[in-house]
Amino acid sequence: MFTRRAIMLGAGQGVLLTGLAARMYYLQVMERDRYATLADDNRISHRLLPPPRGIVTDRFGAPLAVNRQNYHILIVREQSPDVRKTLTILSQVIEIAPETIDRVEEDVKRRRSFVPVTVRDNLTWDEVARVGVNAPDLPGIIIDAGRSRDYPEGPHLAHTLGYVAAVAERDLTGDPLLELPGFRIGKSGIEKTYDMSLRGKAGTSQVEVNALGRVIRELDREEGESGETVVLTLDIELQRYANQRLSEYESAAAVVMDVYNGDVLAMSSHPTYDPNSFTNGISHKLWDSLINNEYAPLSNKAVNGTYAPGSTFKTCVALAALEAGVITPEQRFFCPGHLDLGNARFHCWKRGGHGWVNLHDSLKHSCDVYYYEVSQKLGIDKIAAMAKRMGLGDPTGIDLPSERGGLMPTREWKETQLGKRWQGGETLICSIGQGYVLATPLQLATMTARLASGKAVTPHLTRDHVAPDDITARSDAEFPDLGIPRQHLNYVRDGMNGVTNELRGTAYRSRIRIKGLEMAGKTGTSQVRRISMHERQTGVLKNEELPWKYRDHALFIAFAPVENPRYACAVVVEHGGSGSGVAAPIARDLLTRAQELKSSRPGVSAVNIQSASQILRTSSKKQES
Amino acid sequence: MASRYRIGQDPDYVPLGRRLLLMNWTLVLLLTILSCIGFAMLYSAANGSLQPWAERQMMRFVAGLVFMILIALTDVRIWLKMSYAAYVVSLILLVAVEIKGDIGMGAQRWINLGFFQLQPSELMKISLVLALARYFHGLTIEETGRIPLLIPPLLMVMAPAALVLRQPDLGTALLLIAGGGVIFWLAGVRMWKFGVILGGALAAIPIGWQFLRDYQKNRVLTFLNPENDPLGAGYHITQSKIALGSGGLFGKGFMLGSQSHLNFLPEKQTDFIFTMLGEEFGLVGGIALLLLYTLVIVYGYVIALRCANQFGRLVAIGITTTFFLYVFINIAMVMGLIPVVGVPLPLVSYGGTVMMTILVSFGLLMSISIHRDVRISRQGNDDGRH
Repeated sequence: MFTRRAIMLGAGQGVLLTGLAARMYYLQVMERDRYATLADDNRISHRLLPPPRGIVTDRFGAPLAVNRQNYHILIVREQSPDVRKTLTILSQVIEIAPETIDRVEEDVKRRRSFVPVTVRDNLTWDEVARVGVNAPDLPGIIIDAGRSRDYPEGPHLAHTLGYVAAVAERDLTGDPLLELPGFRIGKSGIEKTYDMSLRGKAGTSQVEVNALGRVIRELDREEGESGETVVLTLDIELQRYANQRLSEYESAAAVVMDVYNGDVLAMSSHPTYDPNSFTNGISHKLWDSLINNEYAPLSNKAVNGTYAPGSTFKTCVALAALEAGVITPEQRFFCPGHLDLGNARFHCWKRGGHGWVNLHDSLKHSCDVYYYEVSQKLGIDKIAAMAKRMGLGDPTGIDLPSERGGLMPTREWKETQLGKRWQGGETLICSIGQGYVLATPLQLATMTARLASGKAVTPHLTRDHVAPDDITARSDAEFPDLGIPRQHLNYVRDGMNGVTNELRGTAYRSRIRIKGLEMAGKTGTSQVRRISMHERQTGVLKNEELPWKYRDHALFIAFAPVENPRYACAVVVEHGGSGSGVAAPIARDLLTRAQELKSSRPGVSAVNIQSASQILRTSSKKQES
Repeated sequence: MASRYRIGQDPDYVPLGRRLLLMNWTLVLLLTILSCIGFAMLYSAANGSLQPWAERQMMRFVAGLVFMILIALTDVRIWLKMSYAAYVVSLILLVAVEIKGDIGMGAQRWINLGFFQLQPSELMKISLVLALARYFHGLTIEETGRIPLLIPPLLMVMAPAALVLRQPDLGTALLLIAGGGVIFWLAGVRMWKFGVILGGALAAIPIGWQFLRDYQKNRVLTFLNPENDPLGAGYHITQSKIALGSGGLFGKGFMLGSQSHLNFLPEKQTDFIFTMLGEEFGLVGGIALLLLYTLVIVYGYVIALRCANQFGRLVAIGITTTFFLYVFINIAMVMGLIPVVGVPLPLVSYGGTVMMTILVSFGLLMSISIHRDVRISRQGNDDGRH
C-alpha cells in the first residue's frame, strides 16, 4: 500500500514538474518574442531632445531672437555626501542666495537621489570657470549648458517679437515636446504667431533605464531639427530709430510700412520692456511694475491701441465724397468756425473759421466745417464703406496675435450694438474722426499705404520665410486694386501734399526739406474728453495746462516720396497734444530715415520702386479707359 | 547518544564508519551544486558582488552542511523519540510569536533571538512531519481506518496551520497542510476521507475568505485577473514573466539579465531568483535546475521506498514532498501559474532560516537512509518486531 501510494504521489509530482517545464518552454520559447519586446519596452525609454528654437532676423538678416548658451548649476544628492556643506562651499565660489540653499535642500529631499536639482541659472563664463576650478571641493555639483532665448535688441523689439515662457497648463496640446521640463513656447508677438515653425522637430534619445527611471546609458540618439528661421520685414536700423524717437514721449506708437508690398519696416510702441526678462521667469516685482504702469508697457499700442483717428480720417471722407459725387474738388464751403445742426452747434478747430474752403484747402488746413457739410450729404454709411475699403474697422490681419480691429460705426452697428438710432450729428462728429471711430496706428498706416498706392495693401511682418540674404528675390505682392479712381486719389494726395509742403499747411513746419524725399501727410488731433459749453465760453484750456491723461492724442499719417510713394507712416502720441506739433515731426524723421536707409542698403532693389510706380500708372490707365 | 545501545545488545546498531559509508554523498553533492547555483545567482543579483548576499549565504551553507551531516549520522531512533517534543516546542514558539513576535512586511513571523531571527513556522515544517510520522508509525493499517484515531493527527496539522495563517503566512500554512496530508495519504488513510476533508475545506472558502487580509485577497484576485492591476499587485508577476520570457532558449548570459539588473524584477534575491536564472540562462538553465531538483526528489523517494520502518518512510516522503512543494510553488508562482505566495526556492533563494530548514530536513532524510534497515517497534523502541 505504501509503495503504491508513494509511487502515485511521485508520479503526481513528476507530472507537476513536467508542467513547470512545459510552462517554461511556453514562456521562453513560444512567447519569447513578445516578452523580449516587452522587456525592451521596460528597459528602453525614449526621451525627447528639445530642438533649438528657430531664430528671428530682420529683413537683412540681423539677429533679433537667438538662442544663447545658458549655463546652470545642478546638484545630485547621491554624489554629494553633505548637500548643505557642498552648497555652502559653492556659495563662497559664486553668488548663491541664502534662501536658495534651503530651497535646494527641500527639492533634493523630494526627488530621487540621482535626479539633479537646479541650484542656479544663468551663470557667467567667469562663474563657470570658477566652479570648474573648485570642482574637487564640490562633489555632486554639475555644470550643464542649456539654451535660452535671447533678444539682442532687448526692448527695441519687445512688442513685435513677443517673448517665450514656460508652457502653461492650457497650452498643452498633446505634443510631447510641450511637456518637457524647461521647454519654452512663444507667448506673444512673432514668437507666438510663428511658434509652430520656430519650435522645430524634437530629436529622440534612446536610453536604458532601470525600474526607478534612472538612466543607465544611452543606446541611440537621433538629433531633431531646429526650428525654421523667421525673417521679418523689419529693418532694425529704422526700428531702433523709431524707438529712440518715440522714447521722448510718455506713450506713443508708430508704424512705417512699404506702400507697395505691405512690408512693415518699423513698428514701435513706447514704453517698452525687455523680453529677456521673461525667458527665465519674470520676478513678481518686475511683473507688477509692468502691469501697474499707467503707460501700459506690455501693450503693443501699434496694433492694440485704438484711437480716434481725428482729422487723418478726413482723407477717407474726401474719397467717399468724391466717389459719391457729392463734391467736386473745386466746390467750396464756407467755414465761419462752426456749423449749426438742429439745436446743436459743431465747432471748427479754428475759432475764427477758414472762410471759403475747397477740397485741397480742407485737407491742408484741416477745416472741420467743410467735412461737416460734406458728411451731411454723404451719410455715415457711405463714409463707413469707404473707411472699410481703406482698411479701417477690421483687423488688418497682420501676423501678430491679439490685433484689434478698431471701430467704424454704421447705422446698423449702432442699432444692434447700442440699440439706439443713428443721429445726424454723429455723422458730423465721425467725419472729423471723432466720436465712435477708432483705429489702431497700424490701420492708419495701412490706410495711408492704400491712399498712396490705390491698392488693397495689407501689412505683414514676414513674407514667405525667405533666406535673409535673398532680399532681391522677394516677389511683389499682388494686392487687388481698391477701385478708387486715380484722379480721386490724386486730389486727396494733393491735399496731403499741401499739408506738409505748402505754406500755411498744418504740418508745413515739419516738411522734409530734402529734394526728392518730400512727404505728404495729414495731421490729426483727437479729443480725449468732451469740451464743455462752459469751457468753450471761457476759453478752452491749452493742452499743456491739462493733466496728462486729459490731453489730446497727437496723430499724423504720411507717405513719401510725394511722387511715386514708397513709404507710409502713422504716428500716434498719446496725450501728446497736437498732431502738427508733436506727431508730424516724428513722421518726418521716420520717413526721412527710411528713405536714407533705402539708399544706403543694398537689398532693396530699384526695380521694386520702379514697378511700384508702374502699377500706379497702369491702375490709373484702367480707370481712364 | 547512540552509545546508549551497547554493541551486541542492539542488532540494528550501525557503527560510525559504516554510517559514513552509507551516507548519501551524491545527495550531498546535489545539494551543494544547487546551493552553488544559488551563490552564483546571488552574486549576479548584487551586480557581481559577494556582498550583501552571496557571502552570507555561503557561510550559512557551510554551517548548515556540517549540521546536516551531524544529523544524518545520528541514529534515527533518537529523532523518533524527540518527535513529539520537537512538535510541542515548535508549537509553543508559534504561540510565542503570535503573542510577541517581530513584525516585518505586514506579517508577524519572527522571534528575535539577538543573533538569529528565528522563524518558528519553518521549524514546524520539520516538526509536524516528524510528529505525524511518529503518530502513524504507532498505528496498524487497521487502526488508520478508524476515524477517532485520525482526529489527533488532524488537530496536530490544524493547530500550527491556524497559527501560521494568523501571522499571516498563507504559503507556509498551505505547505503545512499539504505536507501533513501527504503523510495521512501514505499512512493509508482512505481516499474518500480526503474527499470529505477537501469538500469541507471548499465549503469553508467563503467563510475563510472573510478572514483573509486585504493584501491576500488582492493576491488571489490579481492572480485570477492579472490585467486588472498591471502596476499594483500584478506588477511583480508581469515583470517576472517578462524577464523569464525574454530570456529565451539560452538566456541573456550570466549577469546580463537586463530586467533583473535594472530592478524591474522585485525581490530578485529571494522569491524571484528563479526568474533571474531563467532570464540569464534561458530555458536550458531553467530545465537544468528543474532536473537537479527532480534528482533530489527522486533520491528522496528512493530512500523512502528502501526504508524498512514506517517512521522513516513517512518522514522521508514528508520531507521530500515539502521540498517538492517549495520548488513547485515557487517556480509556478514566478511563472504566473499560481497566485503569489511567499515561498522561496530551496537552497537558491537568499535566506538563512529556509536554508537551515532544508539542510536539517535533508540531514534527517539521510539519517533515515543510513538507518534504513533499523527495525522500530510501534511503541518507538527497539525491542518489538513488527
